[in-house]
Amino acid sequence: MDTTIKNSNLKSEEYFINMGPQHPATHGVLRLLLTIDGEIIKKVEPDLGYIHRSIEKMCERDSYQQIVHLTDRMDYLSSHINNEAVCLTVENALQIEVPERVKVIRTIIGELTRIASHCLWWGVMGMDVGALTTYFYGFRDREMINDIFEETCGARLTMNYNLPGGLMFDIHPNFVKRTKDFIAHFKTKLSEYDTLLTGNIIFQKRMKGVGILTKEDAISYGASGPVGRGSGYSCDVRKYHPYSALDKVTFNESLKTDGDSFARYQVRIQEMWESMAIIEQLIDNIPEGDYQTATNAVIKLPKGEFYQKVETARGELGVYIVSTGTKNPYRLKFRSPGFSNLSLLNHIAVGGKIGDLVATMATLDLVIPDIDR
Amino acid sequence: MNISLNITKTFTELLSGFLPESTANIGAMVIIALIYLAIFSVAGLFLVLIERKVAAWFQLRLGPNRVGPWGLLQTMADALKLVSKELTGTVKADKFLYNLAPYFVIVSSLMALSVFPFTQNFQAFDINIGLFFLIAISSIGVIGILLGGWASNNKFALIGAMRSGVQTISYEISVGLSLLTMVLITGSLQLSEIVEVQKNGWLIVQGHIPAIFAFMIYMIAGTAETNRAPFDMVEAESELGAGFHTEYSGMKFAYFFLAEFINMFIIAAIAATVFFGGWLSPFGITDSIPWLGVFWFLAKTMTLVFLMMWFRWTFPRLRVDQLLTLEWKYLLPLNLLNIILMALIVWLNLTIQF
Amino acid sequence: MTNEALQNLISSWIPELEFTEEGSQFLNITVKPQQLHQLLSQLKSNIETQFDYLFCLSGVDYEKSLGVVYHLESTTHRHILVVKVETEDRENPTFDSVCDIWKTAEFHEREVFDFFGIKFNNHPNLKRLFLTDEWVGFPLRKDYVDEINMVIK
Repeated sequence: MDTTIKNSNLKSEEYFINMGPQHPATHGVLRLLLTIDGEIIKKVEPDLGYIHRSIEKMCERDSYQQIVHLTDRMDYLSSHINNEAVCLTVENALQIEVPERVKVIRTIIGELTRIASHCLWWGVMGMDVGALTTYFYGFRDREMINDIFEETCGARLTMNYNLPGGLMFDIHPNFVKRTKDFIAHFKTKLSEYDTLLTGNIIFQKRMKGVGILTKEDAISYGASGPVGRGSGYSCDVRKYHPYSALDKVTFNESLKTDGDSFARYQVRIQEMWESMAIIEQLIDNIPEGDYQTATNAVIKLPKGEFYQKVETARGELGVYIVSTGTKNPYRLKFRSPGFSNLSLLNHIAVGGKIGDLVATMATLDLVIPDIDR
Repeated sequence: MNISLNITKTFTELLSGFLPESTANIGAMVIIALIYLAIFSVAGLFLVLIERKVAAWFQLRLGPNRVGPWGLLQTMADALKLVSKELTGTVKADKFLYNLAPYFVIVSSLMALSVFPFTQNFQAFDINIGLFFLIAISSIGVIGILLGGWASNNKFALIGAMRSGVQTISYEISVGLSLLTMVLITGSLQLSEIVEVQKNGWLIVQGHIPAIFAFMIYMIAGTAETNRAPFDMVEAESELGAGFHTEYSGMKFAYFFLAEFINMFIIAAIAATVFFGGWLSPFGITDSIPWLGVFWFLAKTMTLVFLMMWFRWTFPRLRVDQLLTLEWKYLLPLNLLNIILMALIVWLNLTIQF
Repeated sequence: MTNEALQNLISSWIPELEFTEEGSQFLNITVKPQQLHQLLSQLKSNIETQFDYLFCLSGVDYEKSLGVVYHLESTTHRHILVVKVETEDRENPTFDSVCDIWKTAEFHEREVFDFFGIKFNNHPNLKRLFLTDEWVGFPLRKDYVDEINMVIK
């Protein structure tokens, strides 16, 4: 009878543990204060700021060309797309029409960046649920993209290939061939990803029905990118506010309605296929022309406010510039996707086990410098 | 002098030539213990190396290839490094239990090695309750893990230790029952006897369907008992950092690490002995050369060790509740049915004998 | 909904709003702090506007005043609106929290509080997000001085 339990001196208590800032599952310097009852998560409170560099304040001091460099250091896995966001904002403000060639190259590299980011995510995701081998498979394919980037712009991670008004320099002569080779290679390897991890019964048991986010909550929490789309919330900026050459291509927005970790996983795998489709549509028809338009050495934005959304690998990145007509922005705000996606972690992790928290966090694909800007 | 493969007898006879009988007995035991200790610390290190090479092979890497020819001395170098490292610990740790824990783990796994027949008569301790002894000894290790996790005064270590307790106690049942299924055929717990029975065909063939079930259950439960992936709840580095040995460093950590690998060897060796005929060669092809039995025994064991490594580098980890569900809801009932099936087969004389 | 239709509709709810499209690609509304919460909750709940997605919440220091800018989008109608609110009180700037309308505001408002010192009424957990609790001052304000860490060019 339950009276024996009531009368006994045994009692259970909630306790706190610190997950991070040095913890293998927090991928960087995120610190989570967990309130736990046995193995069950009662509360997750993120403690941020361990690598906050105050990029927004530094931007108020720097010129627009310099700001592009800083954006590399936010979400370093989609650095090209971050660069592009700032450049697009400045170009729109100055009403510069960039050459078609630039738009197409930007889009191709942007999609390659997305594939590279998702490859890394896939590897790390597997590692978080205990399948260590995925890490190396993901990195193998990401490495090929990085090699293409290195040949084109000399950098592998923080590329800084964009300038307001165009690109730093033209693509390497090998670029088209190597990109095609990569696509041909990756098509066979991406199916291998499914064989290794997606179909695994343990993996599916770990992912399905865990970390459920409803569509209403996704919108209310400002979820974007694969996190939002895994909940059936159609939020692809590339569809609704197309930029660069994205209005010229056809692709499907990958949507899943389950809202659990597995849905978010599938959305990302699907996105890699879609990104390959986008690249294939563009890679053969890169228009001839200049790779940049001349801009003034000192860029001064007109007085006013400018906002640009782009879709990074993690979701919607917004750049909000308030300009007073000087060479520096008066206020620059980055609306980073990871920040909003992190805010819903507590909502979806409570009630799960520690293992669920790790798996759920992996499907949010957080990059901490993106959150601690 | 004709050196028999029965090493205990050989040493006792050798020593009793110039020592009184009781001293000779003790002397022989000490010598054999030292030999086993030396061989298996080195063997443990090479198991680590094999694991790393296998992992590298699975992961498109080269693996260790710098120290010694083909990296063969890599783990030796690691061991030297670990010996020379500072032993750290938490301030509020329970010092006595904290220091005791690694010895529990390593001693229990080394003790288990003594009963294996490596080939005919080549066995340190031919106890008549061999299998029972193995199961009993292998459950002592978990006490070390529990002590280590609790005494470290670290919450991650504590969670790891508690998981270990839950896990090992649960899977112990499956290991025991699946071996019991095979004992129904052999009618003996003595390992040398079990191998002897298999001269008419390995037990996995003799016992056919229930034996294959028992083998599968045994491998799953055995992997769980050694706390290896996909059942590495205890360490689960993406969840708990390093689990129960978070606060251990240097040689104390190395004991835990080594014990894990020796345990893996033991689990595989039990499977090789009980299911695959131990040192018996397939179809008796090398029966005339007894010392080749060592080769067959090790070959079978290493194949099973490879199987366990294969699990580790392919599967994701289970969650702690799924782990318990698997044991209590699936493996245990299946195991009990399997025993009944095996009993029927033995009773009705349906075993396959050559 | 077009910007004009939006302007007509919203001005019928609260008369004293300022609308402008100058210097911005979106329709901007400036609202008084007292009416902020009422306006925003109406913007979300009204069937014709349905601004259910708060995609950006930024604090801005206008030197004379401190303000918060809300970028809103409707996921059904796909129109965008910017709502601004300002206060001249630099010592103790306070607005109503919109956490109850959009849950994402909880983190964004904490960020604004952290860097601008703008307080939000009815916020469930208003404390510093990035900086430590002992931090003095609000770094993104224009009058913030840190002679050691800030490089002024």
